[in-house]
Amino acid sequence: MIDCKHVWDRISDFLDDTLSSETRKLVQKHLEHCEVCSAILDSTRNILILTADERVFELPVGYSERLHARLEEEIRPYRN
Amino acid sequence: MLPLLSAENSRLAPCATGDHLPMSQSPDRNAEAHVIAAILAGKTHLFHDLIRPYERTVFSMVMALLRNPQDAEDVVQEALLKALRNLHAYRAEARFSTWLVSIALNEARSWLRRQRAIESLDSSDETVHIAPELLSDWREVPSEALERLEVRKLLRDAVTELPMIYREVFLLREFQELTISESAQALSISTASVKVRLHRARIMLQRRLAPQLRPLAPKRRRFPW
Repeated sequence: MIDCKHVWDRISDFLDDTLSSETRKLVQKHLEHCEVCSAILDSTRNILILTADERVFELPVGYSERLHARLEEEIRPYRN
Repeated sequence: MLPLLSAENSRLAPCATGDHLPMSQSPDRNAEAHVIAAILAGKTHLFHDLIRPYERTVFSMVMALLRNPQDAEDVVQEALLKALRNLHAYRAEARFSTWLVSIALNEARSWLRRQRAIESLDSSDETVHIAPELLSDWREVPSEALERLEVRKLLRDAVTELPMIYREVFLLREFQELTISESAQALSISTASVKVRLHRARIMLQRRLAPQLRPLAPKRRRFPW
């Protein structure tokens, strides 16, 4: 058996599925009966999901045009 | 020929290769290598095509660090100009996208340093144990929570207030979807350090956000996993 503190230290690896199978089983077993640790796991995972949803956003209008215009200023002298 | 500037911080240290595509739109690496060779041979106009698939993701990374679209745009322009001038220093051990992100990161760091708006970059105390927030009733469904602007603001504020070394790793992994090894390449640190920083970043956010988000949760519901 492992205690709560050991589970907390492994939450990130648990979420990334990078624990050894033996450790993962121990963590899973602990989570099955520990309401506190399973809530920590859920809330941490929720934060990652919220962050993932933040990936969808609007670029500023004209961003790409301005970027390529600036790059072109640099590139143009070397075209000839 | 392009002016040859010093490689500065843009050269990536050889490191383990990534194990999956960091971005869904990543072009074929062989085709990309041919375009890079052509640019270095004088067809500099092809640089437009080379960076086009990444201009969104580079902006999103810089924007997440700077939180100001005008500043982010300026920094991205400078970063991509630097990439053009230093393209000869690119080594194919790393994905081109990872290399670009590392340049953008360095440029954003420089900008933030100039603005004196960041915490000390060398406050890398990786030995302190960080305990998560103990609670048992924040298990809201994120898609429901995301409807609330205050949740998004809380999240952005919390990420912005992370110490820089943790914020960078967190954004590379969770926002840019880089692998652990790609994040290590982009930051020129070990994969072990990436894992440690990522864990701390996640727990810091959990500590900060869980108590704030709990009252906003519309209802309790367990995840299916």
